[in-house]
Formats: sequence, structure tokens, C-alpha cells
Amino acid sequence: MNGFEFDWIAIAPFLILSVLGFAVVVLGISFPKMYRGTLGTIVLVGFAVAFLASLQSWDDARLAFGGMITADKFSSAFSCIFILGATLTIGLSINQVEEKYLLYSDYFALVVFATAGMTLMASGTNLLTLFLGLETLSIALYVLAGFRRSNEFALEASFKYFLLGAFASGFLLYGIALIYGITGSTDLTKISAYVSSEGILGSKMFFAGFLLLLVGFGFKISVFPFHLWAPDVYQGAPTPISAFMATGSKAAGFAALMRFMIAMQSTTQSGWQDIIWVIAAATMILGNVIALRQSNVKRMLAYSSIAHAGYILIGVLAGNTIGSSGIIFYLLTYTFMNIGAFGVISYLSTAEHEFITLSDFRGLASSRPFAAIAMAAFMFSLAGIPPLAGFMAKFYLFSAGVKAGYVWLVIIAVVTSMISLYYYLGLVVQMFMRDKEADVAATAPLQPAVMIAISIAMLAILILGIFPSRWVSLFQDLARSLM
Amino acid sequence: MPIEYYLIVAAILFSIGVLGVLTRRNAIIVFLCIELMLNAVNLTLVAFSNHVQNLDGQVFVFFVMIVAAAEVAVGLALIVAIFRQKETVYVDEINLMKW
Repeated sequence: MNGFEFDWIAIAPFLILSVLGFAVVVLGISFPKMYRGTLGTIVLVGFAVAFLASLQSWDDARLAFGGMITADKFSSAFSCIFILGATLTIGLSINQVEEKYLLYSDYFALVVFATAGMTLMASGTNLLTLFLGLETLSIALYVLAGFRRSNEFALEASFKYFLLGAFASGFLLYGIALIYGITGSTDLTKISAYVSSEGILGSKMFFAGFLLLLVGFGFKISVFPFHLWAPDVYQGAPTPISAFMATGSKAAGFAALMRFMIAMQSTTQSGWQDIIWVIAAATMILGNVIALRQSNVKRMLAYSSIAHAGYILIGVLAGNTIGSSGIIFYLLTYTFMNIGAFGVISYLSTAEHEFITLSDFRGLASSRPFAAIAMAAFMFSLAGIPPLAGFMAKFYLFSAGVKAGYVWLVIIAVVTSMISLYYYLGLVVQMFMRDKEADVAATAPLQPAVMIAISIAMLAILILGIFPSRWVSLFQDLARSLM
Repeated sequence: MPIEYYLIVAAILFSIGVLGVLTRRNAIIVFLCIELMLNAVNLTLVAFSNHVQNLDGQVFVFFVMIVAAAEVAVGLALIVAIFRQKETVYVDEINLMKW
């Protein structure tokens, strides 16, 4: 460990979020009667500060803590995505929390700690920091998934998530141990040096370690065959948390995976492409096909999020500048559209009746026009219909795939995303072209914070869809700095 | 002793852990098996740390232990909450949601 210096600025977003998390816990204990909106506002202010802190490392790349942390454009962009996602999640939660889950400040604190874990994952360039970020994120999410303690679905979801998550991190750790044994280091730059001299198949043990690491990451981004937890957990978790898991936690998984994969790239053909190819194809097909037969909208969105992870893998596979910038653009738009879609569910739900089956949505356009229009916009965007952001995001990823020569994979992606139109538009048809059943009218009171969050998400997918070039050129700068 | 001995013991322990997770019904036993996997990893790390002559692996073990402790805290709390609600900790009886 030569040149070990304490560079607080490099980990500023992580530090700010950690301090914020503890502050929320202490405030919640000291002032138990504090209005939840006030606490939420404090968290939002903290997020704003952390957002500015992470923007600041965009121009000023630095290596800190003996190469364990790299604050560069990559970590800056990802931290901003995570903080945006967490901000919208808090927006969705503010009104519900008090009546629905009887929570205290821990709910906010756990969201903040999970976000801190994500920023650590995005800036870690050592397997140790990646692992710590991943666990900080996961342990907070295990608790958040089961936050509706009296609901048996919630407990089951949390429990499944916990057991499978701990199981997967066992594999991840074994992979790290094997890679450490061969390369003598957990530092990604040293591992990368090993890969470029020996190749990834140079040693069987190294390759085994690589595969075990893929299992760990694959679980976090919920790709086939490690996706089984996702639908159950998204269904049982509080809706804002489902949104948070589907976006933030997935984006964090991809951040770590990208860092790792860039280290694995060597000049020689490295042999991992075929594995990722198969995983991506299977994930897209399976996610979209099973989503067709879901009658529960939360589960449908869960399978759709599995399918989206498959699309994003095309970018990982392409490994070129367009691919990497496409992934980040995709994750940014995906954060908005998916949080928006879950947000509408949470907007319509009450403590007694969770608004999640397809028949609940029947005839929504006449009783709740705002919610119906918003949901339709998010569905169109998820399906990839122009001019919404989902279309541009898919376009960049698929063109990266074609440019890198994965034509068949892109064909599979296009066909499966056509299949996905069926279930996305099915929901829109339910809302706009069917009459509502008398007794399941939406009775939820209007929640201003949730409305604001949904409107922001809607505005964002419009802006990103109509003016994508500015963002894409920013992300391409980023991707070039990585290669 | 050559390093292979340690690695083989660790691999056997890890496999026992994996098999246990996949086959046992009692959530607490499943949880113990996960801990067994983590400790197999720790053994591997320490053996490699000695083999490659640097301390990174041993430092890593501390972090693994910390994370394992945090997971125990959350996991046992979850098992208690499940037991209060369903009066069972058998994983095959916790099956409300499918597909």
C-alpha cells in the first residue's frame, strides 16, 4: 500500500450520505414526534448536497486510498443517477409512510445508507470496496423489503431476498478469493494487468473465480438464471422500495459490473463474451415472455425489469464507447420511467387496498386522468416508443451492439421488445378503453409529494427523449475517459 | 504444508455449505450453511494471503467477518419476525408467491 493518502474529497458523496444517514437516525430518536415531511425535507437537502459533491468529481478525476477509490466521470455520473433515484423514492414515500407503514426515521435512514452503498460501488476500483458497497446496499435493502412487517407477503419477500442475497454474496466472495490467489491482489488495475498478460483463460482457477463473480453480480442485476428473487421481492416490498430496487440497486450492480468488465478486457480474445451473450439472450426472452402472463402489475414490472437488464447487457458485451455511454444513458432514463411507473401504483394505493392488479386499472382514465396519462407515458417509454426516452436509450444500446458485431443478439432484443409491447400496451388499453368495475374505484387521497415526483419523472423522459444528444455526448466523453 | 491442502479443505467446506443451502428446509440451518460458505472463503483468503506473501487477503477477512455479523443481525431478526407470523421456519412452507 504505497501512497496511501486520505483524500476526503474523492469520497465526499459517500461521506455526506453516511453522515446524513446517522443524522436521520439521531434526529428520529431525539424528536420522535417530528413530522415525517420535515424529516423527508432534511433528507432531500442532504441528497442535494451529495449530488453537488458528486458532480464536482466530473472534471477532476482522482485516485484515492491507495487506488481503492477512483472518483472520475464514471463514478460522478453513476452517483448522480443513484441520488436522483433515491430522491424520487423519498418523494414517493413522504405521504405514505406515516399512515401505511407506521415508520420511524429508520425508513429514511435505510434509503440513505443504501444510496451510500451504491456510490461506493460506483467509485470502487478494488474488489474490497466493491464488495463493501454491495453489502452496504444489500443489507439496507433486506430490511427495507420487509418494512411492512405485518404483511405476510412483505416478510416472505424480505426473507427470500435475504437468503438468496447472502447465498449469492458467498459465491461472489469465493470468486474474489480465487482471483486474489492467482493475481496476488484485489486491485482492479493489477488484475487487469494480469488479464492482459495471461488472458482470462490463462489459469483455470482464475476463470472459476471470474464465473463466481459473475454469479454475484448477476444476482444483483437480476439476470437469468439468477433472477428468481426479483418478482417476489418487488411484489412484497413497499412500492417506493420496489422502484428503488429496480432502478438504483440495478444501476449499482451494473456500475460494479462495468468496472470489473473493463478490467477484464484484454487485447486477446478473452472468452467471456459467449457467456454474457447467452445470459443476455436468455434474460431478454424469459423476462418478456413471462411478463406476458402476469396479472399483477408489480410482478409484470419486475419481469420487465429483468428483460431490461438483458438489453443493458448488450452494452456490456459491446464494450465500446457507444456501448458504455449507452448503458449510462439507458440507466438514467430507466430510473425515471421505472420509478414513475411504480410511483403511479403507489399514488393510487391506500392502506387497505394495494392498487396492483390489472383489473384495478380498468377505466382509470375517466376516474383519475392524471395517473392514467402518466402511467401510459411510462409504459410507452418502457416499450420504447418514440419520442419518449426509452426509445432513444434502446436505439443507442442496440446500435452499439450492431457496431460490435452482435447482430443476432440485437435481433433477439428487437423481437423481444416487440413482444413486450403486448403487455405494456395491454395496461394502457385497460386504462383507456375499458369501463371500470363499480366497486374498485381508486379512492386514494391525492398525495402532492408523489404527484411532484411522478411529474418530474414524466418531464425527464420527455426531455431525454426529445433532446438526447447533449446527454449522450456527455456520456461519450465519460466512456472515452474509461477506455 | 503446501497450500493445496488448505484450498481443498476450504473447497469441501464451501461445497458442504452450498449443498446445505440447497437441500435443508430449516431456515436457521440454511443460514448456518451460508455462514459456512463465508468461512470457507475466509480460509481460502488466509491461505492465499500466506501464499502470495501480502496482507491484503487477511485484511479482507476482517471485512468479511464484519459483513457476516451484520447479515446475522438482519437475518435472525427476519427469521424471528417470520416465526411470529407463520409459526414456522421451514423454507418450503414460506411459499405464498410463485411465478
